[in-house]
Amino acid sequence: MKTLLGYVAGLLFGLGLAIGGMTDPARVIGFLDIAGDWDPTLIFVLGGAVVTTFIGYRLAWKRGAPWLAPRFALPTRRDLDARLLGGTALFGIGWGLSGYCPGPAVASIAGLSAPLAAMLVAMAAGWWLARRV
Amino acid sequence: MASLQGLIGGVLIGLSAVWLMASLGRIAGISGLLSGLLWERPAGDSAWRLAFLLGLISGPLLVMLIGGGLGNVAGVPDAVIGAPAGGVGRMLVAGLLVGLGTGIGSGCTSGHGVCGMARLSPRSLVATVTFVAAAMITVYVEHHLIGGPA
Repeated sequence: MKTLLGYVAGLLFGLGLAIGGMTDPARVIGFLDIAGDWDPTLIFVLGGAVVTTFIGYRLAWKRGAPWLAPRFALPTRRDLDARLLGGTALFGIGWGLSGYCPGPAVASIAGLSAPLAAMLVAMAAGWWLARRV
Repeated sequence: MASLQGLIGGVLIGLSAVWLMASLGRIAGISGLLSGLLWERPAGDSAWRLAFLLGLISGPLLVMLIGGGLGNVAGVPDAVIGAPAGGVGRMLVAGLLVGLGTGIGSGCTSGHGVCGMARLSPRSLVATVTFVAAAMITVYVEHHLIGGPA
């Protein structure tokens, strides 16, 4: 049951990325290029996602507990530290260079090419390394 | 049209996040979810993550199958998945930075940008501003100061 629920969540996410144009690095870089021919699509994707999640999370939390787990697993930290700032800055540089953040990179596997394969392998290596620094 | 599709896509991503929270009580953070699946394999937690990964990949495949201009690649009417923005060398560097950065910074566009902002988490708000700013500066330096991708 948990497996089926996980699949549906992934499918919705993958559909959203594809319909929203986020499986196109040119659209993402077009959004990031504020001094160029600006592409606003990403703002609509992020806006639609945040508003839907904001409302839906509150409805879900009202029920007290998830259907298939004892409790909601929510991050509790509120402090800002160097790892958060440094890590997210490094991520941003990689995102700007490629137009890929993790979701779209993985969701684009159906259109696999040598550069995308390189991106995925290096990303997995980066995750491994991050667990050791 | 691209904007309307963007909005619809965003709502679908939001529904995915809500679905995961309502059913399993989890944040839909792709970097944490997949990094954990690859390098941690938590017992009782790997099967649904693997299923999520398969779903994530089959989403764009389903859009290809449906056709009808549902894809949203800039300037290519029937395409669903756009071409990479560079060659193998660029992607090796970018991938390493994305993996390392999201690992150290505990999240990416989904975990911090969508779920964290929807929770009004101060960490995620700062994280999102930081990675969007870093990405915009990177693109600006490359496209306008240096003069276009190599």
